[in-house]
Amino acid sequence: MVTQPSFEKSSDKPFNWFLFAAPSRFYFLVKKLIPVCWTLAIILGITGLVLGLLFAPTDAVQGDSYRIIFIHVPSAWMSMVLYVAMAFWGAIGLIFNARLAYRLSNSIAITGAIMTFIALWTGALWGKPTWGTWWVWDARLTSELILLFLYIGYLSLYNAIDDQRKALKASSLLAIIGVVNVPIIYFSVKWWNTLHQGASITLTKTSMDSKMLLAMLIMTFAFWAYAFAVVLTRVNLKTLEEESHTDWVQNELKQLGTPS
Amino acid sequence: MIWGSFADFINMNGYGPYVWGSFGVTFALFVMEFIILRREKTNVMLFEDKS
Repeated sequence: MVTQPSFEKSSDKPFNWFLFAAPSRFYFLVKKLIPVCWTLAIILGITGLVLGLLFAPTDAVQGDSYRIIFIHVPSAWMSMVLYVAMAFWGAIGLIFNARLAYRLSNSIAITGAIMTFIALWTGALWGKPTWGTWWVWDARLTSELILLFLYIGYLSLYNAIDDQRKALKASSLLAIIGVVNVPIIYFSVKWWNTLHQGASITLTKTSMDSKMLLAMLIMTFAFWAYAFAVVLTRVNLKTLEEESHTDWVQNELKQLGTPS
Repeated sequence: MIWGSFADFINMNGYGPYVWGSFGVTFALFVMEFIILRREKTNVMLFEDKS
């Protein structure tokens, strides 16, 4: 008889990728991450704002209106990244029928919509002094507006269907179809002759002052940290709500209800 | 620091309304989202069995 190789010792086990797919494990991991994300968001946010508003030089062409870039670009990036993440987790949810993936996808939508609105709002306030108009129907602006409608459509569709399983399936499918819009937004300034300027930074070259660039990158990380903090908070709230029949959630609710 | 005075900083060389309109609304939305999440947390607490 050949003895079976032992997988009992934890050090011999390959990493189990589904370990955190259990709602309770995922919940407690995320619960630890949330304060870290908030701390990073606040520290990076303050650093980025101080650098961007107090130390970065005035732009030679656009004057101080350019400072809107420190929130416009991070929010526009986040609006696209969050959409792809929402569609990705929606697809994982559809393929594996995974509740947690759906929950993650669903939690991203509101934050994504807010980021898209901020990108459009700050864009309008930047457009007025630099282009002389709040809005123009050029490819970049129009495709970003469509992104906002996709987020709103996702949320409306989800809320319109009573059966939660069906609601998640339908809205995830909408999210996946809408992904085609993301490369359109990104490449719109190359594909069409737009009023919106092209990318100021690419992987190989940058046309920005180093302080401006640093402030913008720090603000981008601050937005990332903020998005993680709110999305993870929402995921955990949904977990508590939807798994409230389980003992571990009831214990956790008692813990949360006890003032420490 | 590139600003001579606090008034200069607020004025942003004439672009104050655009710059502060952008930063203000962004900040307000983030705070709003945070408050809504706090309220949702209070609602979730109601799922506790009080038996």
